Formats: sequence, structure tokens, C-alpha cells
Amino acid sequence: MIEGKNISKSFGDRPVLENVSVILVKGQTNLIIGQSGMGKTVLLKCLVGLLVADQGQVFYDGREFSKMSFNEMKEIRQEIGMLFQGGALFDSLTVEENVMFPLSMFTEQTLPEKLERANFCLSRVNLENANKLYPSELSGGMKKRVAIARAISMNPRYLFCDEPNSGLDPPTAHLIDELIREITLEYNMTTVVVTHDMNSVLEIGEKVYFIYKGKIWWEGDKNNILQTDNPELQEFVFTSELTKKLRPVKRG
Amino acid sequence: MKYLFHFGRYLSMLRQAFQRPQKQSIYFRQILVEMEKLGLASVGIVAIISVFMGAVLAIQMAFNIDTPLIPSYTIGFVTRQSVELEFSPTIISLILAGKVGSRIASELGTMRVTEQIDALEIMGINPAAFLILPKIVASMIINPFLIAMSMLLAVGGGWIAGIFTGLFPSSEYIYGIQSFFHLYDIFYAFVKTVVFAFLIASVSAYNGYYTKGGALEVGEASTNGVVYSSISIIFMNLVLTQILLA
Repeated sequence: MIEGKNISKSFGDRPVLENVSVILVKGQTNLIIGQSGMGKTVLLKCLVGLLVADQGQVFYDGREFSKMSFNEMKEIRQEIGMLFQGGALFDSLTVEENVMFPLSMFTEQTLPEKLERANFCLSRVNLENANKLYPSELSGGMKKRVAIARAISMNPRYLFCDEPNSGLDPPTAHLIDELIREITLEYNMTTVVVTHDMNSVLEIGEKVYFIYKGKIWWEGDKNNILQTDNPELQEFVFTSELTKKLRPVKRG
Repeated sequence: MKYLFHFGRYLSMLRQAFQRPQKQSIYFRQILVEMEKLGLASVGIVAIISVFMGAVLAIQMAFNIDTPLIPSYTIGFVTRQSVELEFSPTIISLILAGKVGSRIASELGTMRVTEQIDALEIMGINPAAFLILPKIVASMIINPFLIAMSMLLAVGGGWIAGIFTGLFPSSEYIYGIQSFFHLYDIFYAFVKTVVFAFLIASVSAYNGYYTKGGALEVGEASTNGVVYSSISIIFMNLVLTQILLA
């Protein structure tokens, strides 16, 4: 479980997060949703320590992450897998080398062992026969899948995904969502997904936080999000024609 | 105030970069890779520039020393001294600041804006130590070899110019380049080269490492990397000359 308590973050005199508290549950896909510029990615970056919050605390299974030095954080970071918006694959390395990279840095495995693990992770994300390709030779969906393979190569306890579906066609986006859900269950991970894609919310949103103007505006799950009375959330959820059709009709 | 901020952050980056490596074997491999990317890839341009630089120096010297009072071997002597003391260590370092510096700044800048540096940090890897230290060490090892090669080729370029133009006799030039040789001058040149190599790699890396934004900012970081490493080379050239030759 990951717990963020009273997190606030400003850039200059512009507050981005104000007293945000979240509890992200183990074995579930926890979604942080909201419009662009509302502070979703900033919250994610504060949770993983890429940004230092002005105030607040972050706990990883009871371990206070926010007070740790870089060296102390290393231990927890080796338990974290992260899928960045653009994949963040290393351009100079092949697909296989990208997946093996954390293994090379943190384990004493031999090359055949690392290759075996990399091949397993790549097959897990349904990406075979791409081992020798470079990131520049991959499509957007393939990049995301390699990034997931790299993220799970070390058997992480926590998985963070920043806009995993951005720029993907609907079938590929669905595939990525399915993968995230399957992997979460398989490894019993605490998974945190930042997204503004309503399809993802309805597919994998076991716990959903709606962030609005830097505050947690609504909290629930995929089953009750469509019944919300919250006007800001309604505006977010029922923007497209498709979701408008899902809107429950009020009786009486 | 702005310059103080950047200087402080530069020192902080260096402190992070010089921390104990995560896994020494990987760092050693990274240094070899960087030596190839930053050093061997520059051999061609250094060679071409050095030969022509030496040739032009010798020809200009021949035109300017147009009096029987000064022996013609002076052309060889002055060409060698100029190349050894200033042209190879400083001018070639300035050229490397352009070629290597822009490469380092744009590579790190691109890695920053595409979140590759964040990815390293999330994995628990010290990105400054992993990315910057090998570049600094590789430059400090390979640049003295490039400069040594440059010195030889520039002196050779002067000799070739003499043969083709007939402005001075080959034997006099060869006698000149062997005259009044002080080993300390070579020491001075290599001290400068190593310091300049450190500046090229670290100042350019600083500009790339802290890039924010997109493609435009990466371009800006690359330009700034070249500009600031060149300025620091020129400034340190004066300081080192004062310290080592005064």
C-alpha cells in the first residue's frame, strides 16, 4: 500500500497540489484522473520522489519515503517499476538491452539468465521478435509494451503508469490496460495509473481519485463514477458522445 | 545572482557525479563507449584542422620573417612553439567544445526531456554519476591523445607547406622544430588539455542535464553548452598560463 498524506506542491507562487491525501491499495489498479493541468502528474512525481513536495508525507508499506535521502530511497526504488508517458526507453540500447538494463545494474545474473528474464518479460507483454530493434524503430504501442516489460523485469512491488494510453489507437490502448490489470493481479502489485482516458477508468478503475484544481475532488471506483452528482466530475466524465450515452437517466 | 545559482548547481551536479559508482564494471564499459563516441569520432576533424593550421602558420611565418637577419629555421621553431603552447591545446579544445560539447549537451538534454533521466532515477540509479562521470573521465583520458596527434600533424602540416610552396627549405624547418625544445612546454600543454577536457565535458553536461521543455530548449542547451565551455576554456587558459608559465 502507498499512502500520501497532505501533499502540497507549488511552482513559484502557483499552487498545484493542496493538501492531497491518497491511499493506494495493494493488488488493485488505483487511478488518478482529471483534466490536463490539474496536478495528476505532479502528484505522481511527488509519490515517486521525482519532485519534492513542499509539505506532506509519502509512505510505502509504512516506510516513510519522503524523509529519505537519495541513497536510502534506492532500496524502495528498486521495488518500483514506472511506465512513462513516452516510454522513456534508452535510445542507445536495443529492446532486449532496455529490458535487461535494471538486471545488469542491480543483479549479479549472467548474460543467459538476463536474456531469459528479458525474453520472459517481453513475451509477457506479447512482444516477441523485437529484441534487436532500437526504440526509434518501434511504434508507440510497442514502446509502451517494452517499457512495461522493463518495469516488471525486477518483479516490482509498486507500478506507476503516467498516461499509459496517450497517443495510442483504441485496440492498443485496450491491450495496454488489460496488461496493466493482469500484471497487477499476477504480481499482487500496488499499481497507480495517471490518466484522463475514460475507457481506462471504466476498464481498470478499481479505485479512482478525481483531482480538480490541485485537490481530491471525488473518490470512488469504476462502478459508481457514472452515478456521480459531482458537477466537475460529471463534466469530465460525460464529455464525449459515447460517455453521454452511458449517463444514467434520473427517474422521478 | 543568476550566475551564482548556476555555479552552485554546477558544483552540486559535480558532487553527485563523483559519487561512488553503482557497479564498477558497467561504469568502466561506459567510459570506453564514451571514449569512442567523444574521442575517436573526433580524430578526423582534429587531423584535418591540425594539418591546415600548421601549414598556414608556417606560411604566414615565412612571409613575415622576410629578412636575412633572422635564420629560416626560426619558421620551424616558431611553428612548433605556437602549435605546442597554444594552437593545439587551446584551439583544438575550442573546436572540441563545439563538436563534443554540443553532442554531450544535446544527448543529455534529449534524455531529460524524454524522461530517460527520470527513468534512471526511478530505478535507483544516480543519473549524474551514470551519465556524466564517464563522459568527464573519457574526455580527460582521450583528449591528451587527440592533442598529441594534433601537435604532430600541425608540425607536419607546416613541413608539407614548405615543400609545396618552396618558401623555406625542408632541412631548415626540420632543424627549427628540433631547436630549443623544453619538455616543460609539453607538460604545460597537457595540463591545459586535461583541464579543458574536464571543462568541455562538465559544462556541456550541466547545460544538457538541467534542460526543461522540448526540442527548442534542447537546441538552446546545446548552444549554451558550447558557448559556456568555450568561455571557461578561454578564461582557464589565462589562469593556467599565468600559473604555469609566469
